Amino acid sequence: MIEILQYEFMRNALIAALLASIACGIIGVYVVVKRIVFISGGIAHAAFGGIGLGYFLGVNPVLGVIPFSIAAALSMGIIGRRTKIPEDTAIGILWVMGMALGVIFVALSPGYAPELFGYLFGSILTVPTSDIILMLSLNAAIIAVVFSLHREFQAISFDEEYATTIGLPTERLYLLLLCLIALTVVLLIRVVGVILVIALLTIPAAISRQFTHRLSSMMFLSVFLCAILTICGLWLSYAFDLPSGATIVLVSGTAFILSTVSKSIHISVFSKSI
Amino acid sequence: MNEEIVRLEDAWVHFDGVSVLEEVDLSINQYDFLGIIGPNGGGKTTLLKVILGLLKPSRGKVTVFGHTPEKGRKFVGYVPQYSLFDRDFPVSIWDVVLMGRLEHKKRFKRFSEEDKKLAYDALETVEMLDFKDAQIGKLSGGQQQRVFIARALVAEPKLLLLDEPMASVDSPMQTELYELFEKLRQRMAIVLVSHDISAVSIYVDKIACLNRRLFYHDSKELTAEDLEATYQCPVEIIAHGVPHRVLKEHK
Repeated sequence: MIEILQYEFMRNALIAALLASIACGIIGVYVVVKRIVFISGGIAHAAFGGIGLGYFLGVNPVLGVIPFSIAAALSMGIIGRRTKIPEDTAIGILWVMGMALGVIFVALSPGYAPELFGYLFGSILTVPTSDIILMLSLNAAIIAVVFSLHREFQAISFDEEYATTIGLPTERLYLLLLCLIALTVVLLIRVVGVILVIALLTIPAAISRQFTHRLSSMMFLSVFLCAILTICGLWLSYAFDLPSGATIVLVSGTAFILSTVSKSIHISVFSKSI
Repeated sequence: MNEEIVRLEDAWVHFDGVSVLEEVDLSINQYDFLGIIGPNGGGKTTLLKVILGLLKPSRGKVTVFGHTPEKGRKFVGYVPQYSLFDRDFPVSIWDVVLMGRLEHKKRFKRFSEEDKKLAYDALETVEMLDFKDAQIGKLSGGQQQRVFIARALVAEPKLLLLDEPMASVDSPMQTELYELFEKLRQRMAIVLVSHDISAVSIYVDKIACLNRRLFYHDSKELTAEDLEATYQCPVEIIAHGVPHRVLKEHK
């Protein structure tokens, strides 16, 4: 394993995996406990419009994704809360509109878009150093917000209506949380691509939930798990020459199944012995 | 010295053109212990939400501690209906109770020693201090209810609203909960709503009936006519050796 680190792209891939793990471990916990997996999936897919926009304007697609995914997150949240349109309907519509816009933008852009497949399914082996710096700053922003507002986020995740009765600005907090999800999506696009982002936002947090009932321990555990799972996936994809994003997702999914099955066997053995 | 703390005048609530509350007039005084009974879907939770400012009445006026409900609700503690939370949510009793202090804490700051002292005292009041590190779903229904009461108490409310507090609580525990309310009413007014007439028993000192319209005489007396209008069928009350008279004598 060590010898593959002599390649710069491999070192960058490893650093990118670790940086993505921090954001997805922390934010994934909220996605799982607040049960907002669907809206997170919607934000991730709609973010593809931002990639297309980046191509169209001839800038780094990741720079197009940041405003686009935040706009998608805010519109899904606001339409879902303030109009009579059910939230999941709004998510479904914006989800496909974002992707469709992306396709149109790419088609309108001059020339051929060779890296498009990478943005859809991940291209962790081609992460440039400039993206590493962007990932570092996004992580810093996410950690700073969660560190100062984790009690508030915990309260709106546990019981949003109660949080309103004690006077918390629950809607603004919820929209802020959606923006953090959008930033996490930006971080994860390089690792697994927009289509597979939701795997890393849910699986590590879902596994860690089986082992602790404290949100903070859940976050530490899922950052750790996310790092292990992406690095395992990365190594397997290198060893067997498989697409990295898809391998990471399959490794994570398998880990979830194994953990769930072993936990339920453990519980049934334990309850029989009483 | 019984100051009025909540006042509803001619309050109406409509959902999509269907009225849920009609013409509700209600006045709650300091240290009242008011029981509101009525059938499911009769608007009990809606009424509490109007007092909390979660729902705006389509007509009428609501005053809570002399302010609008949004401003007045910092003096109001709320214990929501039991079934409305995720039992598997990864959170300890201690953290649930501290949530009640969130609005008193400065945003972006940590909880102060005073917040923690209040959480400690509240858990002691409801006799749940020994469980403070347990996950919320591991407790029985009655114990969870106590924790949610403690969460309301940490904000030092002057009015406590309880939505169906006896649902999913077994009867020995119900008596204990009533003893807890008896202790709390020295410090605050309490409003308890329930669909179950027997749950609103001898402990309350005023009773109202609610089924879209509110029947309330600022006393513990209910007429059979009120009950029949509320439940829309003849109601027979069986008193369990109650020292108070709940129903008036028929003349």
